[in-house]
Amino acid sequence: MDLFIQLTLTGLTNGAILALAALGFVLIYKSSDVINFAQGEFLLIGAYVIFGMIAQIGLHWTLGLALTVVVAIGLGVLVERFVLRPMIGEPIISVIMVTIGLSSLLKAITFTIWGNLPKAFPSFIPSEPVNILGATVGEDRLWAIVIAIALLGLFTFFFRRSKEGIAMRAVADDQQASLSMGISVKKIFAWAWSIAAATAAIGGALLANIVGVSGDVATFGLRVFPVVILGGLDSIPGAIIGGIIIGLLEQYTGGYIGQGLNQVLPFVVLIIILMVRPYGLFGQEIIERV
Amino acid sequence: MNSGIFHSTYEKDMALRRTHAQKIRIVIVIVFMLVFPFLANRYYLTLANQVGIAIIGAIGLNILVGYTGQISLGQGGFMAVGAYTAGILTANMGMPWWASTIAACFMTALVGTIFGIPSLRLKGLYLAIATLAAQVIILWVVTHWDALTGGVDALVVPNPMIFGIRLNTDFNFYWITWGLVVIVTIATVNLFRTHFGRAFIAIRDQDIAASVMGVDLFKYKLLAFAVSSFLVGLAGALTAHYRSIVTWERFTVDVSVTYLAMIIIGGLGSVTGSYLGAAFMTLLPVVLTNLGRAVKTSFPIIDSIIPFIQQGMFGLVIILFLILEPEGLNKIWKNIKDYFRLWPFSY
Repeated sequence: MDLFIQLTLTGLTNGAILALAALGFVLIYKSSDVINFAQGEFLLIGAYVIFGMIAQIGLHWTLGLALTVVVAIGLGVLVERFVLRPMIGEPIISVIMVTIGLSSLLKAITFTIWGNLPKAFPSFIPSEPVNILGATVGEDRLWAIVIAIALLGLFTFFFRRSKEGIAMRAVADDQQASLSMGISVKKIFAWAWSIAAATAAIGGALLANIVGVSGDVATFGLRVFPVVILGGLDSIPGAIIGGIIIGLLEQYTGGYIGQGLNQVLPFVVLIIILMVRPYGLFGQEIIERV
Repeated sequence: MNSGIFHSTYEKDMALRRTHAQKIRIVIVIVFMLVFPFLANRYYLTLANQVGIAIIGAIGLNILVGYTGQISLGQGGFMAVGAYTAGILTANMGMPWWASTIAACFMTALVGTIFGIPSLRLKGLYLAIATLAAQVIILWVVTHWDALTGGVDALVVPNPMIFGIRLNTDFNFYWITWGLVVIVTIATVNLFRTHFGRAFIAIRDQDIAASVMGVDLFKYKLLAFAVSSFLVGLAGALTAHYRSIVTWERFTVDVSVTYLAMIIIGGLGSVTGSYLGAAFMTLLPVVLTNLGRAVKTSFPIIDSIIPFIQQGMFGLVIILFLILEPEGLNKIWKNIKDYFRLWPFSY
């Protein structure tokens, strides 16, 4: 039973971080129909920038986190303006490939600045183990869940109440119609990319706190795919629930069946979902069928 | 003075080599290929072998992505199937290298077809994600099926023998690699003159129209996966025999991405493009390394960041090509040809 609680807690926290990465991914797909293969690198940049802010410059973590988010937003705007905008209307393979190229470029820039060796990260969120129902889990992992839930609430509010959020939903629905209503689609795309980069950066910062700063952070980008396919590519609650399901699945298979299997099972699930229900649990049923 | 290429008979239009200049170029290329190994040193021969293998892999991927329009991110995984099949059959069961290579091709074609089944329901980015999953699953099997593949340890493959000659030098292997490149090229160019190839292209251009015209999508999509994987498996098997060592690190998702980059930078749906792209992407890191070495004395720091420069240039080249010349090197090559052919009235 202890093992079960332990696995559940770890799975929930991993799932929360996966969900943060998936959130940005879904946001970009929802508004601009772009699959962002550079999402993992956004996490990576978040982790290294906050490392630079806190450990190298010595800022207080609140200021450091705020500045990291600002950097991420700037990056998102730049990427949208100079890389993705020329790609509007290009075939899907070009758009996929350009984000792959972007991921390689971003990784190279990060490693050129900081090197690719793992770095000791001074945890800015206390990571003392906490006892819950007989299981121990790092405090920072609990914070990851709290932050993910808070961001989910914030996003839900943003999409339902704020003008920009409603405009983003409109663009996702029909670009032409929103253009004729006076919404700047370009601006909305920039919004989507900067929010995506910012959430990923926060996820990266949390991840840095939990597992340390290294190039491995970017591999989280690959693990986002099962999450978003399971939850539905265009569903924000789907990203959260998908993240938690995949996080739990990885932990349970790792704990009960055997280490190693947990790395591949999400992708087996992915293929099954694609074959049976390609729009995922919560996605809209508009997938192109052959 | 001509203003372009216009054919007045069907025979000419269907011909494999359509212009006089093309014939001359082919002769020059073949003569160069025959003379090259006698002039080049070992370093250049190594590069030539790498490029040759990359060309076979790129042509294979181009049949699927460029000609049939099915995006695949599983190239690395399929190459791993080819390499491990060839390696295991030769190293553990003592099969001659040519037999294991043929077996590897068919094995990869089979695996490729199985992972191509989702393409019957999925298109575009969903298919890309499905093949990405195939890549992850295949590589996981390779690294965890210890009894068969040796897991994460390297699999040592004996050098291939032909007519009693041990092919352990780059010079000897050159003939195998480039001989196969020539065969694959001729086969591919001819494939797209048959109804199979035409069906692939029809599926790419408009699948619904193709199916209305009687192209069986189920059959031809799987066939495209099979033919493509066959060649990719050949590239994998050649890697195994050439390196005489098989490790999983050579077949990661980065390989899939590199091959995709080759055909996009070279030109989708073009054999010439596969050549150009494969050569470009194989030689780019080499050139960067040499440049780095050249300036090392004045910038000692460059030594430690060369890998990152290679990676960054890789990404930058992809982005710049997609933005500035989406049709790739093949288009640039065409423009050059047109410039001279149509000179001085190039409009």
